[in-house]
Amino acid sequence: MNPLDIPMAATAATAAVRLTAAAKTYRTGDVEVPAVRGITIDIPYHRFSMVIGASGSGKSTLLNLIGCIDAPTSGAVEVCGQAVGKLDDDALADFRARNIGFIFQTFSLVPVLSAYENVEYPLLLVGMAEAERRRRTNDVLNAVGLSAYASRRPNELSGGQRQRVAIARALVKAPQIVLADEPTANLDSETGASIIELMHRVQAESRTTFVFATHDPQLMSAADEVFVIRDGTLLEHRIAGRTQ
Amino acid sequence: MKLLFKTAARNIFRNSRRSLMTGSAVAAGALAMLLFGGFVLFIFSGLETSNVQRVGHLSVFRSGYFLFGSGNPAAYGIDDYRRVMKLIAEDEVIKPRLNIVTPTQSLVGIAGNFSGGSEASKTFLGAGVVPSARDTMRQWDERRTGNTFRPDHRLSDEDETRGLIGMGMARILGLCGPLKLTACPAAPTPAADATAPKTREDVTSLAAMDAAPVAADKPSVPHLELLGATAGGAPNVVSLAVAGADPQGVRELDDNYIVMHLGLAQQLVYGRGEHKATGIVLQLHRSEDLPIVRARLQKLIADNHLDLEVRDFLDLSPFYVQVRAMFGSIFVFISLVMGVIVLFAVVNTMTMNVMERTNEIGTIRAMGVRRSGVRMQFILEGALIGAIGATIGAAVAFAIAALVNGAGLTWIPPGNSSPTAFGVDVMNHPVLIASTWVILTVVAMVAAIIPANRAARLSVVDALRHV
Repeated sequence: MNPLDIPMAATAATAAVRLTAAAKTYRTGDVEVPAVRGITIDIPYHRFSMVIGASGSGKSTLLNLIGCIDAPTSGAVEVCGQAVGKLDDDALADFRARNIGFIFQTFSLVPVLSAYENVEYPLLLVGMAEAERRRRTNDVLNAVGLSAYASRRPNELSGGQRQRVAIARALVKAPQIVLADEPTANLDSETGASIIELMHRVQAESRTTFVFATHDPQLMSAADEVFVIRDGTLLEHRIAGRTQ
Repeated sequence: MKLLFKTAARNIFRNSRRSLMTGSAVAAGALAMLLFGGFVLFIFSGLETSNVQRVGHLSVFRSGYFLFGSGNPAAYGIDDYRRVMKLIAEDEVIKPRLNIVTPTQSLVGIAGNFSGGSEASKTFLGAGVVPSARDTMRQWDERRTGNTFRPDHRLSDEDETRGLIGMGMARILGLCGPLKLTACPAAPTPAADATAPKTREDVTSLAAMDAAPVAADKPSVPHLELLGATAGGAPNVVSLAVAGADPQGVRELDDNYIVMHLGLAQQLVYGRGEHKATGIVLQLHRSEDLPIVRARLQKLIADNHLDLEVRDFLDLSPFYVQVRAMFGSIFVFISLVMGVIVLFAVVNTMTMNVMERTNEIGTIRAMGVRRSGVRMQFILEGALIGAIGATIGAAVAFAIAALVNGAGLTWIPPGNSSPTAFGVDVMNHPVLIASTWVILTVVAMVAAIIPANRAARLSVVDALRHV
């Protein structure tokens, strides 16, 4: 049962994310810097997956490719069964609006909007009717424990509260995938732990596919699957209870 | 769209100091455009009123008079002008729009003052009018400028001998003293020339022999003898009782102008022949009826096979047209300068906004906002700054205009001889207000396009990395 009563999108693909020899190289002047070097992975639906690696290992780039906000230099990226390389910029934006939720390290809330309005924002992008928007926004704010703070602007919230708003914003449209790039990096350890616990709980309830990038190996225990990245290559793929 | 407006409006107040400075630039632009525009329109209203009071809206002349007749007005008289006036006054289209229709007679000649030992003479440009019609015309004030004249009792329909002259003519002909004019120096006494022919008695006796009524019963009124040529080419003389002198604003006119009763002018030009008129003047209730009445007049002339032509007051007052063109050019120049200032102010502000909100742009793009959505967001912000600034500028302009108009200031506009009210006519010109508001808002919107495009083209990943 989905406690948020958010309908999940029907999917025919076997993997939420499929990278096939995906590589990304940045060019700085004449210098080429490979960030991701031909990674091939399948991330299954409805799992709490973590991409783990040291700073500069390429995990953020990997998340950018999965989130369709960056294009691979070579290889293919398929998200929810859609080969995203074939989509133009507007189609990609629409695809993200419907299927992908983001949680950023720096929270990245729109400062001039209240917590409620920040959470409602993705629903406006997909053109949802007002009554349904209101119901969903209130439900998800309630789920992250911020109903009492709905009218506050981001600068009136603590770091942990801001990240809860960001989580609510990512979840409100019931996306296929939620991508979280080091969401606890700017939080103290206690708040970070509570955020991880919240995301884990929400993922378990909503059955949304979570892909979580972190450089903190201590968080690995929370994951269903862990992808360990080093120097842009996949070093290890662990599924809870076993290692591949 | 609601989200766009909400976000744009709140972003404007997010950096209130910067927005205030930019909005102030827009407001200053609106203020300058509206106040100068209001001042210019006030001048235009005053000049239009002055011209319409003087020459009416439309004049009917005999064909060719406008281009060639001023040198020989007698040759271009309108035959049976009273019938033509009746035709005009009773026309069903013209009648409800007509304030007055009246004949005029232009004339040229030589005016001489041979009284009290003076023998001064000079050429004159004269106009013969119906005094009561002249008074009626001088009450016209459709634009509510307040520049109307009280009935001028110095001229009278009943006394054809009376006339008024320019202040310069009074000075030249030595009438400053007899007319008791101030600021009008008396002429020095020239050395007597014993060989000079004595024309005085000849001219005055000629005038006395003429059939025109002479104001012999009013010896205290100074007289001028007016010498002209009749339509047949014969010399003719009439005596004008000078009832006063008025400054005419333009020196050339001031030195040469005489206005007199129509009957006296016709007496001089046509003698005992048929009295004609060189022009039939139409003054309308409203200037906006001018095209309709003009077209109707032309139809009447054509239908009745009359050898007449129609001219409007713009044809007769090239100075008014020139002043309009000059002030119009200055207004356009000021508007352009203000537009450029607003353009750069908004470009600068929006560029800084884009730089400061790069991470936010990356965030909303990642969430699924299209490039066009980002572009629209910043363009809307520019337009809002423009709209708010222009609205504030307009409000301040209304307040200043009200203060100026209520202060009772006066000035002497070009071509005028006496002070008139100084005003700024903003509130009565919604087109000026609306066009200023729209222009500045559009300029601000256009100015936001370049930074908005830059924001829309940002790479999502680069924008998210921006600190």
